[in-house]
Amino acid sequence: MSNHTWKEIEKGAIVKEPGSARAYKTGDWRSQLPIYDKEKCVKCGVCYLYCPDAAIKIMPDGYIEVDEYYCKGCGICAKECWTGAFKMVPEGSKNDKQKK
Amino acid sequence: MAKRIGIEVSLAVSEAVKMAKADVVAAYPITPQTHIVESLAEHIANGELDAEYICVESEHSAMSACLGSSAAGARTYTATAGQGLELMHEVVYVAASMRLPIVMTVANRALSGPLSVWGDHSDVMAIRDTGWIQIFAENGQEAFDLTIWAFRIAEDKRVLFPTIVNLDGFHLTHVVEPIEIPTQEEVDKFLPEFKLPTSLDPRNPVSMGAFTIPQFYTEVKKSQAVDLENTMPVIKETLEELAKVFGRKYNPVETYMADGAETLILTMGSYSQTASLAVKELRSQGKKVGQVRLRLWRPFPFEELKQAVKGVKKLIVLDRAISLGGPGGPVASEIRSALYDLPNAPNIVGFIAGLGGRDILPEQFVEMINHGIELADKGQKGSYEMMGVRE
Repeated sequence: MSNHTWKEIEKGAIVKEPGSARAYKTGDWRSQLPIYDKEKCVKCGVCYLYCPDAAIKIMPDGYIEVDEYYCKGCGICAKECWTGAFKMVPEGSKNDKQKK
Repeated sequence: MAKRIGIEVSLAVSEAVKMAKADVVAAYPITPQTHIVESLAEHIANGELDAEYICVESEHSAMSACLGSSAAGARTYTATAGQGLELMHEVVYVAASMRLPIVMTVANRALSGPLSVWGDHSDVMAIRDTGWIQIFAENGQEAFDLTIWAFRIAEDKRVLFPTIVNLDGFHLTHVVEPIEIPTQEEVDKFLPEFKLPTSLDPRNPVSMGAFTIPQFYTEVKKSQAVDLENTMPVIKETLEELAKVFGRKYNPVETYMADGAETLILTMGSYSQTASLAVKELRSQGKKVGQVRLRLWRPFPFEELKQAVKGVKKLIVLDRAISLGGPGGPVASEIRSALYDLPNAPNIVGFIAGLGGRDILPEQFVEMINHGIELADKGQKGSYEMMGVRE
């Protein structure tokens, strides 16, 4: 995200570049991260449908990936997942890395 | 050649907007501004002014329509007063933050409650901090001239701030005065065609008035604050140019009989002229009294004020508004703050008078000045006194 000084702000804070909201890292708001377990995933896509931030991407093989740049950690994916493929862990804990 | 005619000040303001060739007028009628917008509606309906008149359902909508129209690059005008200004309050801030050069006449009126349609400065004081350029007219000629000037200053590419011309409700809006109306050529010479540097244009899309996160809000406010302060040289330059074309010179701060004065009375708006009668009277009695008139309210003319009161011992400040539970009058408290660092700053005495349409007669100004001198000599208790109240 840009770090414009006050002198670089356009008069009237006009935004000349379209789609600039894309650069806003809403992932910064997160206090809990959904850790995805591919072993339990049945590729139903319910997490993708329910995610309010479109922070779940369906990969070509049908499995998913959490987009941590935008994921706010609301936990809806973990709540909705049929098979319990998401586990919410506190941000900054030793388990807050996605399984490889 | 310019012609001098007898005309109601409201109609003269409407004439100024017509001669400034406004593209859009979005306004809701409210006393004592009504005659201005009625007359503009007539000019537009009669084909004398090629503009859109947007009949809005409220002042909130009026200013919102002005935002869109100005953002699209149209020369935009509105007028309101008192409660109407209050109803548009939140959008008044947005216009300044979006840096849209809208021109607005405020026919200054008291605020409810109790309900009053008559004049004082409560309405404009409530929008003091919105980021608009704010200037006060003392008479009909100034109301006309400053309305034309308001478009010029607001639209200057170095400025781009919406601008308010204040004129006292009834005491100015509803009186007939001899006013010199310049020719259209003279107005065109002073006021070039409007071109907003960045406007809403489907070929070059931009976002205006975007949501701002904590990372940017402070930077936007800082740039707004500094830019507004930096309009002062352009304000002076354009007032100078106005003088060249119209032959009438206005300054952010002006003085009257101030040479060698020990005491000055500070006034804003139409009562400045009444107060000057009192000053003249007191001078004829040999008292070292003069007047300082604050014409420009925002950006506040700190340096010009300091120059004007240099060497003065007592400064009497008239407020036509009150900050309830606060330091009294908003003008007096700003003057105190502006002069606090001045070595040998004058002793400042605040008076509140002329509320809700109450007249202040020349002899009452004489009394105010004499009483102010007394209070300054013994040190005013409390920060203000209300004049002319039945005890």
